[in-house]
Amino acid sequence: MRRAAVPVGVLIVLALVPKFTVDVPWVFNDSLNAPGTLQLLALCLVFGGLAMSYDLLFGYTGLMSFGHALYFAVGVYLIAISLTKWHWSFAEGVAFAALVGIVLPLILGVVSLRVTGIAFAMVTLAFAQAGSILAYKNLYGWTGGEEGLGTDYTKLPAAFVGILNTKNLYWLALAYAAVVFVVVRWAVSSSPGHVWQAIRDNELRVQVLGLRPYGYKLLSFVLASFLATLGGIVYVLLIGGATTDVTTATFTLTLLIMVVIGGSGTRWGAFLGGVLYTWANQRLGDASSSHIVSSLPSFLRTPLEQPTFVLGVLFILVVFFLPGGLARTGRLRKALS
Amino acid sequence: MTALLEVRDLHVRLGESHVLQGIEFDVEEGGVTALLGRNGVGKTTTLRALMGLVDRSGSVVLAGEELVSTPTHRIVRRGVGYVPEDRDVFAGLTVDENLRLAERNGAARYDLVYDLFPELRERGSQLAGTLSGGQQQMVAIARALLNENRVLLVDEPTKGLAPALVTQVADVLARVSELATVLLVEQNLGVVNRVARDAVVLDTGRVVHIGPAKELLADTPMVHRLLGVGHA
Amino acid sequence: MTTFVLLTVTGLGLGALYFLIASGLSLIYGLMGVLNFAHGAFLTVGAYGMWFTESKLGGVPIWPRFLIGAVAGIAVGTLFAALVEIVLIRPLYRRHIEQVLVTVGLGLATTALIVAIWGNDARPVPSPAWLGETTTFLGAHIPNDRFLLIVAAILVLAGLETFLQRTRYGLIIRAGVENRAMVTALGIDVRKAFTLVFAIGGAAAALAGVLGNVYFTTVDPNVGTSLLIFAFIVVVIGGLGSLRGTAIAAVVVGLVQQYANYYASSGLGDLSVVLLLALVLLARPRGLSGSFA
Repeated sequence: MRRAAVPVGVLIVLALVPKFTVDVPWVFNDSLNAPGTLQLLALCLVFGGLAMSYDLLFGYTGLMSFGHALYFAVGVYLIAISLTKWHWSFAEGVAFAALVGIVLPLILGVVSLRVTGIAFAMVTLAFAQAGSILAYKNLYGWTGGEEGLGTDYTKLPAAFVGILNTKNLYWLALAYAAVVFVVVRWAVSSSPGHVWQAIRDNELRVQVLGLRPYGYKLLSFVLASFLATLGGIVYVLLIGGATTDVTTATFTLTLLIMVVIGGSGTRWGAFLGGVLYTWANQRLGDASSSHIVSSLPSFLRTPLEQPTFVLGVLFILVVFFLPGGLARTGRLRKALS
Repeated sequence: MTALLEVRDLHVRLGESHVLQGIEFDVEEGGVTALLGRNGVGKTTTLRALMGLVDRSGSVVLAGEELVSTPTHRIVRRGVGYVPEDRDVFAGLTVDENLRLAERNGAARYDLVYDLFPELRERGSQLAGTLSGGQQQMVAIARALLNENRVLLVDEPTKGLAPALVTQVADVLARVSELATVLLVEQNLGVVNRVARDAVVLDTGRVVHIGPAKELLADTPMVHRLLGVGHA
Repeated sequence: MTTFVLLTVTGLGLGALYFLIASGLSLIYGLMGVLNFAHGAFLTVGAYGMWFTESKLGGVPIWPRFLIGAVAGIAVGTLFAALVEIVLIRPLYRRHIEQVLVTVGLGLATTALIVAIWGNDARPVPSPAWLGETTTFLGAHIPNDRFLLIVAAILVLAGLETFLQRTRYGLIIRAGVENRAMVTALGIDVRKAFTLVFAIGGAAAALAGVLGNVYFTTVDPNVGTSLLIFAFIVVVIGGLGSLRGTAIAAVVVGLVQQYANYYASSGLGDLSVVLLLALVLLARPRGLSGSFA
C-alpha cells in the first residue's frame, strides 16, 4: 500500500490546484488557478498521459512505433468532425471515437505486427502518414485541410465551455492522466505485462518458452492506441478544434523525445517527460519575448526564440549524458556513490 | 623465456552471464597450441576476447605489448590473424576482393597463398557466397595468411567439412604452423593429435588443464572427463 | 499521350530527387546500422546554403551565380554531415538506439534553427531561365529542370557505383555493409569509412536540396522533412543498404505518385506511395532487393 501513497498524494495535490490563488514566479505567467495557467497545466497532463501510453508500447513492450500520433489524431478529428460536420451529439461522438480507437489499431496492428524492428517502425509511419495526408487533403471537406476544424461548441457539455470552466477541463485532463497511469501500472504488472517486458528484452527467448509474442504485442498495441485516442478526445475539448500538426511524424517523434527524456520503462519517467516538454515548449515561447532574452546578442537570442531548437539540443544532451532519462538519474547517482 | 602470448585473469561478461572467469594460459612461439573443451565452455569467446571483439578485462600481452584495451583493428595490425568459426567471408565480394581486403602494408604473400590454395587463383572472380563450405574455409585461412602475422587465432576450421577436406585443412595447418604460431580451437581430436604441440583445456569459463597435447590425448579417461565424448 | 510523356518524365525527375536523398540514407543504414533522421536536415542545409550564397552574389550573371550557389550548397551540406558524424555519432559507437535518437533531436533542432534565422516562409531561389523553359520531347513540352534532375541522378548513381566497385574505400564499405565486425578483424579502421559514408550521404542530400530549389523554385525549412519521409519509403522498399534497389524503388515511387495523382485524383498519389510501402513490407519484410542489415 505504501507504493500507492505517492501517486495518490500527487493526485490529491494536483486536484486541489484550482483552489490555490498562488503566484509561482518563473514557472507560470499568472497565478496558479488563473485560466491561462490551468489551461497549460491541463495540456501538460494530457501530454503526460499520452507519453505514458507511448511508453507502454515503446518502453515496456519494445515496439518502436512511428505512427502513434495517428490514434491521438483519430480522437481529435473524430470528435471535431462528428460534432461539427455530422451534427451528432457529444455522447455519440465520444462513443464513436472510442470505438474507432479500438477497432482501427486492431486492424492496423494485425497488419503491422507481421513484421518487426525497422520494418515495423516504417509500416506504422506509413499508416500514420496516410492518415496525415487524408487530413491535409480535406477529404470530403470534413477535416478542414491545413486550416483545421473548429469544434461546434454548442454540441459540447456546458461544463466544458467557456473560460470560467477551464478548471473543469483541468480536472478532466487530470482524470485522464490518472486513468492512464493506473491502467498502465496495472497492465504492466499483470501477467501479459510481464510477457511484454520479456518481449522487449529478448523476443526469441519468449518464443523458446512456448509463448507466441504476436498476440501479446497486439494487445499492447491496441491498449496503447486506445489510451492515445482518449487523450485526443480530451485534447480537442481543451484546444477547441482539430489541426493537422497532431497528425505528423514530427508529432510522434516529439512523443519519443518526451519518453526518452523522462526515462522509458519507468514508473514516472514518461509522465514527467510529457509534462516537462509541454511546459518547456510553452514557457520557452513566452520567455523569448521576455526582456532577459531580448537583451541577448542576436546570435544567442535567435535560436533561443525557437522552443523546438532548445528542446532538440536538450534532448541530444540528455541522450549523451543521461541515457536513462531523468527518472533514472537518482538510481545512477546511488549506484555511483 | 617469455611466451609469445600471455593471457592473465581474462574476464568476459555477456549480458547476465560471466562467460570467462579468469582465464590464464601462455602460447609459446612456434607450433600449434590447441584450445579444447566441450561445447559452450567459452573457447570461441576466448578467441573473440583476444581479438577485442567483445568487452573484456584482464591482461593480454603479445610479444611484450599489452593489448587488452586496444581496439580490434590495432590488435590485428600488431600481427594477429583471425579465422572465425563460421568463416565470415564476404558473400557479396569476389574471392579476389576478399583477399584484397585483407591486404595491410603492401607486403602481401600471394605466392604463399596460391601455393597452398591453387583453387583460389582460378576462382578469383567468383562471388565468395557461391563457394562451397570447404572453399570458403580456404578463403578464410588465406586471408589470415596473406600478411606476416605472428599469431593466428583459428576457430574450428574443420567444422562441417567432409573427411577429405578435413585432412586437407589439417595439412594446411601443419604447414602454416611452420610459418606462424597458431592458437587453434578444434573439436576434431584427430586433427589436434596431428598438429598440436600444447593443449589448454577449458571448462565453464576456466582453464582446467595445461600440458603437452599428445600426452593429454593418450590419456583416455582424462579425455572423457574433460572433453566429454572423445573423437569426432 | 503527351500527358503521359509529361507525367513519366516528371515522375522520373521526382524519382531522381528521391534517389539522391535516399542513397545516403541507404548507405548509412547499411554500413552503420544508423537510421539517420537528420538526413533531411542535410538537404535543408544544402538548400539554404545555395540560397544564401546566391543572395550574396546579387550583381553576378545568373549562370555563374547559380553554379557557385549550387557548389556552395553541396559543400556546406557535406561538411555539416561529416561534422555530425564525428561529433555526435562516433562517440555513440555501438549504441544504435542512442544514435537514432540523437539524429531525431538534431533533425528537429536544425529545422528550428533555420526557422529562427530565416523564418518559416518559402523564399524564391533564382535560377537560369533555361531551366524553367520547356523542350519538346515525344510531342510533350517538358520543363528542362526535369532533365537536369534525371541527368544528375544518373551521374550520381554511376559515380557511387564506380566508387563502390573500384576503390579501396568502396570495397571496405561493401564489405562493412555485410559484416562490420569482420572488417575490423582484418585490421581496418571502419570509423573512417563511417565518416566518409556520412559525408557522401550529406553531399547527395545537399545536391537534392540544390535541385529541389530548382524544381520547387523556392526554399523553405520543411522541404527536408517532407522529402525525408519519401526517402525512407524508397529506402525501405528498395532494401536498406542496396544502392541499386534504392534506385529502382525511387523510380517506381516517383512514377506511381505522378500517375496516381493524375489518373486517380490529386493527393491519391502520396497515399498510394505510402500504401505501396506497407504492401511491400508485408509481402517482403526485407524490401524488394532482400538485403537487410
